[in-house]
Amino acid sequence: MITAERKPLEELIEYVRPFKRILLVGCNECVTVCSAGGRKEVGLLASGLKMALMQSGRNIEIREHTLERQCDPEYIDELVSMIDGVDAVMSMACGCGVQEISRRFKDRPVFPAVNTKFMGASERQGVWAERCQGCGNCLLGVTGGICPIARCSKRLMNGPCGGSVAGKCEISQDVDCVWQLIWDRFKELGLEENYLNIIPAKDWRSATGGGPRKIIREDLAA
Amino acid sequence: MENFEPTIVAFCCHYCAYTAADMAGSQRLTYPANVKIIRVPCSGKVDALHIVKAFEKGADGVYVAGCLDGDCHFKNGNNRASRRVEYVQKYLDEIGIGGERLEMVNMSAGMGYRFAQIATEITEKIRKLGPSPIHSMIGASCPANSDLTA
Amino acid sequence: MKTESRLEKVLASGNLAVTSECGPPRGCQPDKVREKGKYLEGIVDAVNVTDNQTAMVRMSSLAASAILKQEGLNPLFQMVTRDRNRLAMQADIIGAYSLGIDTMLCLSGDHTQFGDHPMAANVHDIDSIQLIQMVKTMRDEGKFQGGAELKGAPKMFIGAAANPFADPFELRVLRLAKKVAAGADFIQTQCIFNVDKFEKWMEGVRARGLHKQCYILAGITPMKSVGAARYMKNKVPGMDVPQELVDRMGSVPKEKQPEEGISICVETIERLKKVEGVAGFHIMAIDWEEKVEEIVERAGLLPRPQM
Repeated sequence: MITAERKPLEELIEYVRPFKRILLVGCNECVTVCSAGGRKEVGLLASGLKMALMQSGRNIEIREHTLERQCDPEYIDELVSMIDGVDAVMSMACGCGVQEISRRFKDRPVFPAVNTKFMGASERQGVWAERCQGCGNCLLGVTGGICPIARCSKRLMNGPCGGSVAGKCEISQDVDCVWQLIWDRFKELGLEENYLNIIPAKDWRSATGGGPRKIIREDLAA
Repeated sequence: MENFEPTIVAFCCHYCAYTAADMAGSQRLTYPANVKIIRVPCSGKVDALHIVKAFEKGADGVYVAGCLDGDCHFKNGNNRASRRVEYVQKYLDEIGIGGERLEMVNMSAGMGYRFAQIATEITEKIRKLGPSPIHSMIGASCPANSDLTA
Repeated sequence: MKTESRLEKVLASGNLAVTSECGPPRGCQPDKVREKGKYLEGIVDAVNVTDNQTAMVRMSSLAASAILKQEGLNPLFQMVTRDRNRLAMQADIIGAYSLGIDTMLCLSGDHTQFGDHPMAANVHDIDSIQLIQMVKTMRDEGKFQGGAELKGAPKMFIGAAANPFADPFELRVLRLAKKVAAGADFIQTQCIFNVDKFEKWMEGVRARGLHKQCYILAGITPMKSVGAARYMKNKVPGMDVPQELVDRMGSVPKEKQPEEGISICVETIERLKKVEGVAGFHIMAIDWEEKVEEIVERAGLLPRPQM
């Protein structure tokens, strides 16, 4: 999922301070799963913002709504009936959702309530870790199903570097050396000779090197 | 503020804290009427949102009362509650209400005296801290000063 | 012979080669480079010039190498993949060779977290092994990494680093094999204190015949004090300093510790001379360049051969 974390409250207070009535929109997908921007977090943030602004003598009205997701324009349509009289919108979705709302309601300022972080998976309850950077040309098939681009601090495709110690990355004891993990996996699969294959320099055009990316499905696009 | 009577909300778990409150009552142990008890099946059921809303509606202090460590009827609901309370304390600091207005406490079902003691201590602590910073904006009225009598 | 590099000539002749290191200054102080160079004139076959070492910004290794070249030394130009993309790297390689620099070392580079700009992006457009491949392609095929023809190929003697002391140990020989397959002509190892472990690594290296496909220069660092010994043991990832060496440093009074450090250094070199496959030594005397001459002399490696 796309993971995110709520922005510091003082930043959000400054965004909404000038307004009388805002619409706070959550998202039922990724940000719900990582407890950053779902229905519950919308309730928590609305309450917190109200109480914070009350202390400086301001009463703000916050309309709360959570969409199924914010990255499909059809769902954003639901907000049309709620937008009347609203001065500004704050979205708790990832950057994709915030921008879709911004695109739809051109005449109102739209603010992000979370910092979108990374594409990751849950290691255990309450812990999410980066797994994928969307490089556009997945090499998991040759690295034992473990990604060195997302998980190596230096994104070495022919690692490990000389700083790998006891299975940990040189930058922190909390970070696994992914090349240790890949090597262990090769051993489990009996694929040690694969290690000797040199993975050639990456063509970053499939990643962000080619500019902002788009997928067009001719069979689906109207 | 003179004659400030704090409003305290106590989320009490059914198996321990609420039973202890009952026991305090049947033992005629007095504790301040400022404390409004909300019974929950387990302290772990108390959500961050419940706590924050309590403050939004005018509580000056909130506490979550659960079983003693290791004795939770639902295994570790009280541990989850404890971590959640810490999380909300930080949020309350961010908001400006102040994390010191929220506490996690533990007791067993038989500890009527402890229930009464904690209720009294927390009420006094909040009385000293003064009304919640948003008090004047809500215009909540202060409850009358009365003892709990049989 | 692949290049005109003095280092290649010394190694090819069967002599033990000696290289050392020079860290460029953290500012526009070309005289500091010349100063360090003076200590190494005639003492070593090539001088490594580090590239933003430990991710701290310094004068570029290209500039410092050019200064040393002007002084008549043989710079060994280090390049990390952390700070540049492949365009900049190829441009620098062409620039370096055009300034008379003919020997280089290809590295990944310490993570920015260690340095003075932890907020910077880590580029790593390519990794160190892909860099080795790229330089080899430029040199032997006269082609850019992107495929187009390059006018005037850089005849670089290509080096890489190896760390027998990092984990996982079983991979360290395989990693060297990869670097050699990619085109590394010579290797400089991380500084050796644990000679037993190094010998074990060399067994694996010899078993694959890698010592015959590339020249291996053993890394050596003299310790200045027992504090330095402890620091290297505990705080530097990928370094293996046996406790008995730390104790030995600590067993002599403070004023005698530098001398003890040099003695350990020379003894290590003597031991390593006997290890089959060791083609030379890379002496990293960080901020202690003035001692390199003494070390090289006591190790019986002076005078340097005439080529």
